[in-house]
Amino acid sequence: MSAAEQQVWEELGKIADPEIPVLSLVEMKVIRGVKVDEGVKVLFSPTYVACPATGAIMQEIRSRLNQLGYAEVLIETTFSPPWSTDMLDQDVQEKLRMFGIAPPPSNASDFASAHGRPVPCPHCNSASTRMESSFGSTLCRQIFYCDGCRQSFERFKPL
Amino acid sequence: MPANATTSDGALQQFLLALADDELVLGHRDSEWTGHAPILEEDIAFSNIAQDEMGHSLVWYALLEPFTHKTPDQMVFERDWREFSCCRFVTYPKGDFAYTVVRQFLFDEAERLRLEGLTESSHFGLKEVSGKLLPEERYHLIHSKGLVERLGDATDESRRRMQDAVTIAFPQALGMFEILEGEDELISGGIFKGNRVLQAQWLENVLPVLESVSLRAPVSRTNGSVAIACTPDYGGRRQDHVPHLRQLVEDMQQVYRSIPGATW
Repeated sequence: MSAAEQQVWEELGKIADPEIPVLSLVEMKVIRGVKVDEGVKVLFSPTYVACPATGAIMQEIRSRLNQLGYAEVLIETTFSPPWSTDMLDQDVQEKLRMFGIAPPPSNASDFASAHGRPVPCPHCNSASTRMESSFGSTLCRQIFYCDGCRQSFERFKPL
Repeated sequence: MPANATTSDGALQQFLLALADDELVLGHRDSEWTGHAPILEEDIAFSNIAQDEMGHSLVWYALLEPFTHKTPDQMVFERDWREFSCCRFVTYPKGDFAYTVVRQFLFDEAERLRLEGLTESSHFGLKEVSGKLLPEERYHLIHSKGLVERLGDATDESRRRMQDAVTIAFPQALGMFEILEGEDELISGGIFKGNRVLQAQWLENVLPVLESVSLRAPVSRTNGSVAIACTPDYGGRRQDHVPHLRQLVEDMQQVYRSIPGATW
């Protein structure tokens, strides 16, 4: 990786995810690659195809890289391989928990197993929780209820 | 370029357009439950599903762009309703919640099977997009199938409503498998396994679920083989639509057409 590419990665690492502001685009693993030659090319892979934050994210990438001195910013979308919650690093899972969202289970592609494991409450750590709805306030979240602290909470939806 | 390249592109375009328009129009119908669903959880679920389906139509329209030279927005907001290629099934009004649930289940199962097949497609774009959409769609099918199983076997009223919905929706649903113009080329090119194969797989998968809660579909069984005992509601793929689509498209395009090119 060139020094210029390193600098672009660092800049993208400062852009917060609009829906989960404690995580950056790099931590969310939606940036797949950076190539600098005459201009700059960013390889982008959305979480959910229909995520309404995608437009805002692309605009922010353009504007930050313009400020870094790149007049031409090309953003290419890729689905190979498709984005998965399995790509999130361990420390990112901890940040999600601190933010109040239960992290996704590992090995999301094994759907039945991923949904069969207990989901500890991110507030009180009780294992006495249940899913209220597999759909939530955004495409990437599910609604749970904790019998321990009698609060509802959200979980990052395994994908 | 092979001599039949133009014809094959035509068949591919027909296929992509059918995929995109089905998702867009069903997504629009699902969105009509936002604020109106029987319970809050279903309001959230159908709003999420609507958002997904519309987003999925966007990627199919994007794959069409090299052929049509039209952006997804232009495809959605500038076409006349008679230029849409969705099946009639997705254009009908949302009906009661039983009809919505049955329609969603019959659609989701067809979509899952189609996407699974397309992950083996010889066409890179179709293969790549299908691999992306398949895990997302899984949540829709689990939800709609779960509702069919619960409402199909709950109270007298729910059973009656669900049966009425199956009777109406089943012939309409067969319209999803209307043969496309040039479909043989898609099959021989390894692009798509074809609607005949897809329909047979779909019957194998949806009938046991309906039967598990005593819902009867208009089919007859002899010696283990299934025969359709109703008239499939074809027409949508050759752009012969029911007037409900006109109403839907006019609603959808009203703001865009009032000030073309406006930005905010």
